[in-house]
Amino acid sequence: MALLEIRDLHLGMRSFEGEAHVLNGIHLTVERGEIWGIVGETGCGKSLTGLSISRLVSTPPGRYITGSISLEGRNLLTASEPEMQSLRGRRIGMIFQDPTTNLNPAFRVGEQIVDVALHAGGLDPSILGVGAKASRSERKKAARNLAIDMLAKVGIPKAGERIDDYPHQFSGGMRQRVLIAMALIGRPDLLIADEPTTALDVSVQAQILRLLYDLVQEHQLGVLLITHNLGVVAQICTHVAVMYAGNIIESGSVREVFKNPNHPYTTGLLASVPTAKMKRGELQGLPGSVPNLLAPPPGCRFAPRCAAVQPRCTAAIPPSVAVAAHHEVACVLAEPHASAAA
Amino acid sequence: MLTYILRRIVLIIPVLIGLSLLVFAIARLLPGDPIQLAAGPNASPAEIADLAREFGLDKPLPVQYWNYVTGLVTGDWGQSIFTRRAVAEDLKVYLPATLELVFTAMFLAILIGIPAGLTAAVYRNRWPDYMSRVVSLGAISMPRFFLGLLLQIGFAMWLGWLPLGGRFPLTEDPPAFVTGFLTIDSLISGDLRAFGITLQYLALPAFAMCLSPLATITRMMRASTIEILQQDYVLTERALGLSSRLILFKYVLRNAMSATLTVIGLYVGWLLGGTVLVETVFDWPGLGLYATKAIVTQDFMPVIGVTIVIGGIFIISNLIVDLLYGILNPKVRYE
Repeated sequence: MALLEIRDLHLGMRSFEGEAHVLNGIHLTVERGEIWGIVGETGCGKSLTGLSISRLVSTPPGRYITGSISLEGRNLLTASEPEMQSLRGRRIGMIFQDPTTNLNPAFRVGEQIVDVALHAGGLDPSILGVGAKASRSERKKAARNLAIDMLAKVGIPKAGERIDDYPHQFSGGMRQRVLIAMALIGRPDLLIADEPTTALDVSVQAQILRLLYDLVQEHQLGVLLITHNLGVVAQICTHVAVMYAGNIIESGSVREVFKNPNHPYTTGLLASVPTAKMKRGELQGLPGSVPNLLAPPPGCRFAPRCAAVQPRCTAAIPPSVAVAAHHEVACVLAEPHASAAA
Repeated sequence: MLTYILRRIVLIIPVLIGLSLLVFAIARLLPGDPIQLAAGPNASPAEIADLAREFGLDKPLPVQYWNYVTGLVTGDWGQSIFTRRAVAEDLKVYLPATLELVFTAMFLAILIGIPAGLTAAVYRNRWPDYMSRVVSLGAISMPRFFLGLLLQIGFAMWLGWLPLGGRFPLTEDPPAFVTGFLTIDSLISGDLRAFGITLQYLALPAFAMCLSPLATITRMMRASTIEILQQDYVLTERALGLSSRLILFKYVLRNAMSATLTVIGLYVGWLLGGTVLVETVFDWPGLGLYATKAIVTQDFMPVIGVTIVIGGIFIISNLIVDLLYGILNPKVRYE
């Protein structure tokens, strides 16, 4: 059974102007040990996909129209709120973009990690390594020791002392390490990292990615790495899903998709990555801008910006077809490849 | 931390000197002659001159001020021209009465306002929020003296549950004077009956006085809680499975308290200076009544004394607020 399986997920977002169809049929399957890069422009729905898995999208204004999200067969969209709470921090860990705003400034970092550890330990006493009948103070002590171990593991020097520091006493990179420790202390099976390095210096970015990669390898986590940095995807992801305006338009193994991009949007996205070899003025952008999701264009949502647009593009949303093993594309142009492969 | 507190306390002194200079100047430069008023319409020029000499008012103003300030430091706060009582002695009686009223009102306002603001924020745009908004808008719009009158009619005249006014019945023995706070003194002397009576007398004026800080604290608490609930770290806390109860009462509350604390500090000073209406309606023997009588008769020694005391308490309450900031927000902790 797949660790995470998202099937035909449709999410509407109500606003004063009407309901925007922000997720428009997401399909995604993540197995243990796979690192999925979710890439796309701002507003394409990649963060909402991540938040939907933990059911952290407020409803209303959000509304799940159809579809399902299953964590090892359990449908998360129909789960009760207490059930979801028991999964968060325990089965599903999350890391967000800005480490300067994601730690509570009024509390010592240790206190925040210990609370997460106590939550996870309450659901699975083996995490704290104390018996189910342990007293509150014993559990707290175990949680604190675990937190120190975890901080040391994510590379915080003198973790035993620094656990009593406040967030503002840490640098940005160190804070992100603290947040990683918090996300992983409950030994989750699935980690959702929403642009975990975007707010960091490039040199620190590399360290954090390396750390994430090692931890994922060690614990065989399934990971959704939401990013708009294709370089990051190329370096540490096993798979990639390219999103555009609420759809996954191309997905597959990183090697396949990057070497052999089928969708015109993926091609454009890869062409817009600057490299050192490029001459001045050679860098290409994608003309046009993201469609208004309150009134999306008919058929393929990328059609208005697509260089290879055809009349049939606007007829219906093109279905995903396998163009090779571990490589699916939702584009009318991809169909001939599919038949050739079959 | 300790040096910070000491430094802040030392800084109070120039503020108080400035305050005393200002009040002294205003009191003495106002038209009208307090000696003339005190001596009465039929006093002869010689009697007036005698009275002026007795109070040291025949000397030039700078000398008068100097004598006053040296008196302040040594505990001689001057004398009322009318009652001939020492201002310091009067303040010892009236200040605790007013402080008791103000603290009780603030205590009620905090006790009700913070949970009400939290509730309104959590149930934003649902009925608990609407209710708190209507109540706080009403409470802040209603003049305190008018509300006091309504309370008297309702609870004292119609229902007869609570006394109409005053601080303690003449027919009962008040607890022995220790702090001047009847609630505390009655508890010290173990006199629960006096404690109960004190609370009955406190109830209406304290309620009338607490409504406007209560409304402000509720509104402030609501606004800052809503703001904090939208912070990234609250999403992280939710995403890692912490219960909404833990998030609200531990992680959100401490952050949301900062802004509210400022309001609380300002209100303590504001209520102290504004007790006069409530004290008049409820015949409460406090600073407000004392100061009003003194102002009407241009009896300037008590006026200056009251102003300096209120100023001092205002400064101290804001110092306490500043120190509490450090506890709530470690980023502004003082080294």
